[in-house]
Amino acid sequence: MIPQLTIALAILFIPLVSFVILIFFGKRFAEKSGLIGTAFLGADLLLSVYLFFSKMFSEDKVWDFTFTWIDLHTVINSIPLKLDIGIMVDNLTAVMLVVVTLISFLVHLFSLEYMKGDVRYSRYYANLGIFTFSMLGIVVTNNYLLMYVFWELVGLSSYLLIGHWYEKKSAADAGKKAFIVNRVGDLGFFIGIMIVWVQFSTLTFSGIFSAIGGGNIPFGSTNWLTAAGLLIFCGAIGKSAQFPLHVWLPDAMEGPTPVSALIHAATMVAAGVYLVARTFPMLTADALLVIAYFGAVTAFIAATIAIVQNDIKKILAYSTVSQLGYMVMGLGVGAYTAGVMHLVTHAAFKAGLFLASGSVIHAMHHALHHQGDHHTDAQDIRFMGGLKSKMPITFWTILIFTLAISGVPFTSGFLSKDEILAGTLAFSHFNGHTIIPIIGFFVAGLTAFYMFRMLIVAFMGEHQNKERIAHIHESPRVMTVPLMVLAALSFFFFFSLNPLSASHGWFFEKMTYPTVAVPATVAATPTEEFVEEIHHQHNLAMILSVGIAGLGILLAFTTYFWKKISADAFEKALKPVHTFLYRKWYFDELYDATFVAATMGIAKILAWFDGAIVDGIVNGAGHVTKFIAVVSGKFDSIVVDGLVNFTAFTAGISGRLLRTVQTGKIQTYIIFAIAGMMALMMFYIG
Amino acid sequence: MELKILNIGVLTWLTFLPVLGMIIVLLIPKEQKSAVRWTSLFFTVAQVVLAFMVFTKFDRSLAGVHDASTMQFSELFNWINVKSTGWFGSIKIDYYLGIDGISMPMVFLTAIISCIAVISSWGIEKSIKGYFALLLLLDTGMMGVFVSLDFFLFYIFWEIMLLPMYFLIGVWGGPRREYAAIKFFLYTLLGSVLLLLAMLALYFSVSVIDPASGEKIHTFNMLAMMNPANYDANSLLAGISTSWRYIAYIAMFIGFAIKVPIFPFHTWLPDAHVEAPTAISVILAGVLLKMGTYGLLRIAFPMFPDAAVHFAYPLAFLGFINIIYGALCAMAQKDFKKLIAYSSVSHMGIVILGIAAMNTQGMLGGMLQMFNHGTITAMLFLIVGVIYDRAHTRGLDDFGGLMNKMPNYSGVMSIAFFAAIGLPGLSGFISEAFSFLGAFQSFRWLTIASAFGIVLTAGYMLWTLQRVFLGTLPEKWNNLTDINSRELAMLIPLTIIVIILGIYPNLMLDVMNTSANSLVDFVKMNSTVSFGN
Repeated sequence: MIPQLTIALAILFIPLVSFVILIFFGKRFAEKSGLIGTAFLGADLLLSVYLFFSKMFSEDKVWDFTFTWIDLHTVINSIPLKLDIGIMVDNLTAVMLVVVTLISFLVHLFSLEYMKGDVRYSRYYANLGIFTFSMLGIVVTNNYLLMYVFWELVGLSSYLLIGHWYEKKSAADAGKKAFIVNRVGDLGFFIGIMIVWVQFSTLTFSGIFSAIGGGNIPFGSTNWLTAAGLLIFCGAIGKSAQFPLHVWLPDAMEGPTPVSALIHAATMVAAGVYLVARTFPMLTADALLVIAYFGAVTAFIAATIAIVQNDIKKILAYSTVSQLGYMVMGLGVGAYTAGVMHLVTHAAFKAGLFLASGSVIHAMHHALHHQGDHHTDAQDIRFMGGLKSKMPITFWTILIFTLAISGVPFTSGFLSKDEILAGTLAFSHFNGHTIIPIIGFFVAGLTAFYMFRMLIVAFMGEHQNKERIAHIHESPRVMTVPLMVLAALSFFFFFSLNPLSASHGWFFEKMTYPTVAVPATVAATPTEEFVEEIHHQHNLAMILSVGIAGLGILLAFTTYFWKKISADAFEKALKPVHTFLYRKWYFDELYDATFVAATMGIAKILAWFDGAIVDGIVNGAGHVTKFIAVVSGKFDSIVVDGLVNFTAFTAGISGRLLRTVQTGKIQTYIIFAIAGMMALMMFYIG
Repeated sequence: MELKILNIGVLTWLTFLPVLGMIIVLLIPKEQKSAVRWTSLFFTVAQVVLAFMVFTKFDRSLAGVHDASTMQFSELFNWINVKSTGWFGSIKIDYYLGIDGISMPMVFLTAIISCIAVISSWGIEKSIKGYFALLLLLDTGMMGVFVSLDFFLFYIFWEIMLLPMYFLIGVWGGPRREYAAIKFFLYTLLGSVLLLLAMLALYFSVSVIDPASGEKIHTFNMLAMMNPANYDANSLLAGISTSWRYIAYIAMFIGFAIKVPIFPFHTWLPDAHVEAPTAISVILAGVLLKMGTYGLLRIAFPMFPDAAVHFAYPLAFLGFINIIYGALCAMAQKDFKKLIAYSSVSHMGIVILGIAAMNTQGMLGGMLQMFNHGTITAMLFLIVGVIYDRAHTRGLDDFGGLMNKMPNYSGVMSIAFFAAIGLPGLSGFISEAFSFLGAFQSFRWLTIASAFGIVLTAGYMLWTLQRVFLGTLPEKWNNLTDINSRELAMLIPLTIIVIILGIYPNLMLDVMNTSANSLVDFVKMNSTVSFGN
């Protein structure tokens, strides 16, 4: 194993050490738990940055270390059957390591203040540790087995962190929902893994792709290859909250806000996108098309919901779902680098948005607490307003994040979003699926609109409650510094020196398209051709996206700042639509009424069936046996014993008859004796 | 491989140590309750130590299964020798013990679970001598089943187990204990009868040359029964895929299926579990259920390879039903213990699905799942026991918020629950994954359908976790105390096993691997061979 991989292993295990220390000794460290966790993550971040640079300046394509974990000592299809696992670091991994450790570190830092005095402070930091460990595991592994292992562990840590305040039923429910909905996706992922394993007897990415490249495809059918790709994608549907499994993510906001930033915005939910990126070489054109549609539909649905929400975290949650849809759509259309880049840029500005919202909620809580007000919702943007002057750092950073997510030039978000949109245009150019770019651009407009709506309503205008606003203060440094770091990272220059195009920046240079492994007959448009087309479409995409984002922003200002358009009037006029969107397209209600109710109903019916029928038969057999026993008992006592008794009875009768002669009187006996003797004498003599 | 202590083979020690303990327990005056407990504990701990020794000395490269020369620690003596008794011929029954990779994990499991059952029985006050004596006798019966290589001996141990179990449930059980005990007894007895018939059919079909006299005699030797060449040409079970062979296989299968339990023979299980004292539930789920699947692997598959292959799909289908049906039934339960009982039905379905696949991964997965289910479900029943001892109720809806009230208890509980869910990093995952991977190779769609079980399992387990441990604590449980050190003493060893095997399953897989491969090859090879020709 080369030294760099030792570093990668260290990066992986440092957060686990943090977890183990805090879970066992957290009580002892009490207030210091946070500092310990943060220190570990700081070290982890430094190592990741070091590894990142050493990878970027290295000529090697990939550093890989594989070993046999389980050898089954048998041979199938003349391939020895063994489970190889290992770790690898390529450019994608190197970038992801920095993203994960950076955001995790900033969240650790931010939480020092935000979670102060929490009932389970050390448990919180322990759980952050195991989450970071699992997430890093996903990005350094070189095979689907470990990927699945860490995938589930990420699900577990997400469950633990969403349910951090488990005394609240809604939090406990949300954690459970997240885990179970994710399991549905994981089921597909697992089936996909089974197909791959049965066919190739290996689960390492390189092994699988080289087998497919060599013309070996599952069960000899390209349809199974497509199916395998899509089933693995099911894992991404769950984790990256894609339609139709997106319902868990907004509920996940029950967790502490920094957790939302780390897990449910920046890293874990991006794991699905990462999975698609890793699986990219084995995705057929059909699979990619389906993926693109899933992404587009998700982006659209979530954006429409985000428009009407009032809870700041809900708005951000749906915007996350929508942006994840964007990334998936980007990968689906074949814009690999753009999709991955959006993952990275989004991680920074979305983590920033969530932390900023945490900062606001923190301040609101503080002010409301001061007022003795326990009814006003601290997360409702309608109760905020005018926070700009009171919380300047939070405001300015959140403005930068909002610009980035809206895709305004000079931000990182613009670069990646623009490339995705160019990708969708190129995609439709080759296969005529024009609905994809249409959705793409439309959602870009919606995004700009709802993000600015949030910004304007929460931060600008007047605060309605004079007393409350007086108690609102900017958050302390430990919370604002992470915001400023993330705000800085939301500018273009970290990704490309050209503010209007990323395609010549380091990111595009290093994050090259992986070699497609699927047979040419079922492959998507060849990379060179596709990239060429993206270049053609780039200017059009840029003009359109800037124009549409500008429209969205303008509309938001006209409605919520200058109030030229009455939002209320709109809401009234379109009441059914508004309600439909506000209730999130009724997905939860639909699932509750169908899947949940059906499962519970079937469970109840089967439990009844088990008790009444299956066990009924058993008990019935018992009763029948008993009945037969009783009958045969009766037969025994009446017929069999009857015969015996009859014999006895006959004997008894004769006895009784004979008894009459036994009078006990000596005279009678003498008479009998004499009569007998006389009879005998008559017999012998006569 | 041989290991003798005082010139007596280690397997004999393993099997009869508890009987020795039982005799001593019976000699102790009944007032000295703690002497009874400590004696029982001493003997079961000694058994664990022996089992661990055997485990470390066990040669991982030897297959066993059908090959007497690679059976380890074997002991073979002539036990019953009746010279010619008319038409029955001479009867020769051997005391034949030995273990291979199929039985080694089970031997280890039995020792551990028995020891933990003793610790968990510490609070028993009612006729304590009788209780521990029966418990130790039960231990011997279970161990005997897993080390016997003579069918007759196997059957004796199989039956020995029934009696103590009947009394342990019927005397020390819950309110409906008599019903549950009788149901358990009669149900398993029905299975035993079918097993006996199949055994006799095998006995009269197989003959080997007696090395002593040089004449052909019938035998109960299991390994001899696996060899097609030993079947008499015109015997009942000669030939291949004949209806008699199928009938015998099915009879035997039902005998084992009742123990597993496989749908629709499972309804004794929830009743027995609900009524049984905690320790007995632990033994039931931890060891007894494994005897069914062990019987399939040790006896039914290698002796009837043609039938095993022929009925592989129906068997897998039953596994599928167990998985889904058990999970759904579990979901509807309101009694904590009953829920765990049904989860056992579901998890044993995975074993069935895995071994029905008849390939290395499935076989290994199924065998590992047998061990893992033993430890995980034992934990779950202990966890139910802990709360029942304190609250005297098992209603899932009676609780809530125990996480804050009993943090250590909740910590152990979380590990057990997530292990049952099949979380990677804990032992349940790799065995389930292997079972499914193996099954997928053989039954594509059925396995996909079965895999839905993993979602259902997560559903009912997390729902249970939420109802009992999360939320707010009802007033009435304010005086509940956290888990004590005795309870930790029984849960911690299992927790450690669950974690270690989750991270490094090779510890167990290594032991089973050679035998699993050998069994798969043997069944495959002989499934096309006509017996007795």
